[in-house]
Amino acid sequence: MLSITCAGFGGQGVLTAGLLLAHVSMVSGKEITWVPSYGSEMRGGTASCRLRIGDEAILNPFFSSMDTLIAMNQESLDSFQDAIAPGGVLISNSSMVKDAEFRDDIRVIEVAATEIAGDLKNPRGANIVMLGAAVAATGLVDAEEFADGIDAYFAKKGRSNPLNRECFMRGVQAAAEA
Amino acid sequence: MPRRLMKGNDALSEAAVRAGCRFFGGYPITPQSEILEYLSWRLPEAGGTFIQAESELSGINMVYGAAAAGFRAMTSSSGPGYSLLQEGISYIASAELPAVFIDVQRYGSGLGDIFQAQSDYWQATRGGGHGDYRTLVYAPASVQEGVDLIQVAFDKADQYRNPCQILSDASIAQMMEPVTLPEMHEHDPNADWAVRGKRGGDFKRVTSTMYYIEDFDAYIKNKYDVMAEQEQRWESVLVEDADLVLVAYGISSRICKEAVEIARAQGIRLGLLRPITLWPFPVKGFAEVNPDVKAYLSVELTSLPKMEDDVKLACEMKAPVEKFLGGANIPESTAIVERAVSILKEQR
Amino acid sequence: MTEKRIPELLVEPNKFCPGCGHGIINRVLAEVLEEMELADRAVGSLAVGCACLMMDTFGTDWIQAPHGRAAAVAVGVKRVRPECCVFTYQGDGDSMSIGFSETMYAAIRNENITAILVNNGIFGMTGGQMAPTSLPGQRTTTSPKGRDPELTGRPLNMINQMKQLSIGYLARGSVASAKDINKLKKYIRSAIETQMNGGYSMVEVLSPCPTNWKMNMESSLAHIENTVKSIFPVGEFVKNGERIDA
Repeated sequence: MLSITCAGFGGQGVLTAGLLLAHVSMVSGKEITWVPSYGSEMRGGTASCRLRIGDEAILNPFFSSMDTLIAMNQESLDSFQDAIAPGGVLISNSSMVKDAEFRDDIRVIEVAATEIAGDLKNPRGANIVMLGAAVAATGLVDAEEFADGIDAYFAKKGRSNPLNRECFMRGVQAAAEA
Repeated sequence: MPRRLMKGNDALSEAAVRAGCRFFGGYPITPQSEILEYLSWRLPEAGGTFIQAESELSGINMVYGAAAAGFRAMTSSSGPGYSLLQEGISYIASAELPAVFIDVQRYGSGLGDIFQAQSDYWQATRGGGHGDYRTLVYAPASVQEGVDLIQVAFDKADQYRNPCQILSDASIAQMMEPVTLPEMHEHDPNADWAVRGKRGGDFKRVTSTMYYIEDFDAYIKNKYDVMAEQEQRWESVLVEDADLVLVAYGISSRICKEAVEIARAQGIRLGLLRPITLWPFPVKGFAEVNPDVKAYLSVELTSLPKMEDDVKLACEMKAPVEKFLGGANIPESTAIVERAVSILKEQR
Repeated sequence: MTEKRIPELLVEPNKFCPGCGHGIINRVLAEVLEEMELADRAVGSLAVGCACLMMDTFGTDWIQAPHGRAAAVAVGVKRVRPECCVFTYQGDGDSMSIGFSETMYAAIRNENITAILVNNGIFGMTGGQMAPTSLPGQRTTTSPKGRDPELTGRPLNMINQMKQLSIGYLARGSVASAKDINKLKKYIRSAIETQMNGGYSMVEVLSPCPTNWKMNMESSLAHIENTVKSIFPVGEFVKNGERIDA
């Protein structure tokens, strides 16, 4: 079972990134819980969601120690880095997180997600770039299969956009190079 | 049926429609507002009626009218809004009508706050309104279980002609999990007691049934005795050899289940008894517990103990009953294990 | 009046006090429902107060709502059973004090129900306390020196509250004279026609409460004619969705 937190500014698509992760995992037969940040946790304009993904029924949807953190901005890194389990994975959006101090007992993958999405003319796709890096780094689901899942998800909503796949694959690539 | 990823509130709403619910009157309040938002489009699509009422008072009385007319009807609320429903729940129970109410529990008395809690246990299980009545109270621990239990709630409401409640909470309401939804069910509204004009027969009066039933005290006591005897539901996890049994419902029970798993891996014999019905409290489940159990630990997301009383009654105090109160904070499963271990040390 | 037979809907003699106006209003309503052939499809919603006494004597289907909530209950019925004729029958305390919100919002949403609100200026069932409609200076058990508008506000005029809304029909009648009763019957008929064609309708009825007014029947009717009507004018105020008052 993997415990993942996805955090950033409201508007950076962190809840959607988490939903995509949950949705595609479900389609591939996994059990999932997805819990949005809520109430007082939401103050200050940051949003987050936490997921647990596994092969067995998920008992506790809450956790204080996570395997993976997707940090879209500095505040998220400051809030959650300490909660990453030793040996865990941090995907850090280096477009927004500058000169950060990273722990040395975790695997840090820096991805310039905002810039990559901008270069691809899909500025709202930064969350999907980050997702690509997370999926590749955790080996949760095969990357191509996940990319297909993203396409299917948006197609069903009538919002097909081939650039989402490109964003995702750039994230996968970034993780491979890290 | 393929699985769908759904938010607790949305899944509960969809399942209600599929259970044949065709009327909802209610008022927005966090964390239950998604139920209104969902049903505002879904009920008309299914040929039903959605009304955003001017208050919870009005909403529940619209439900009273629709239920009296024979239709499957429901409302939902939270916190202060749930208090406002209580007068109506008493009337609907007194008139012996079927209806379903959802309380998405939030934290605190007064305005309180919107985060998850389990503070309304007494209000739900003791009859939060005036007089002599009970409601069947179902406590889902997952999005799927909410889907399953709301079907049961509508069926049992019909069977006993008595309101049933779903006691949810902010965390289950707001989280998403994969669910399998049941098929659509159409409900026949033309029960012989349903008001729709006398249509050639005798005129019907929907009011407290005590006015028309002989030996009413015995009648109503028997009605609730039968429900208490026949409608207990629970899940037990490794209670037969447990040294300490956790008792928890809803979201708390999931943390406790994890605690049982952690403890067992360390050789600590923890078990869990999870009430699925809160009224009737599953007293029968306690018969499955190790007769030499050393203690019970009642785990609730409350500031003041509530379910603990029922645990004491159910186990007849044959073992000490301790409490773990989370308040508004979801406890760590390891903290529950630690507490259990320290209780077991004291009992030695 | 030319009416000869007692409507079948009046299944038992009414239980109201001698001289009470409810008995007349019950009869007029029963006649209208039977003449319109709606008696078999009629569902009434009442709550708390003297109106409840008709639940055993007036032979339509009934639901007894919590105090003040009759309009909300009626809405619940009408929305799921649009073929039924759904009406509320309430006193002024029930509909205009504790139930003001439910009464008003049924009108604001232009729900297809008919509200019959009986204004006798007092709480009858509980023994003569002040109502929202009690007149300035009126002595009641909770205004023993007479209602003081400085402290309690002016009498609530429900017609004025509703007449600017988009509703189907609005009238105020009285039972003070045979002529008034004939007009009242027309108002109630128009109200129910409005409901069955779609639209909210309300008829307020000025009615005597000799018991709690501590007057005999003749002086009660004279009081309505000479005093109550000056504060609560009778007539039609909205018809076919159009305001018709000055």
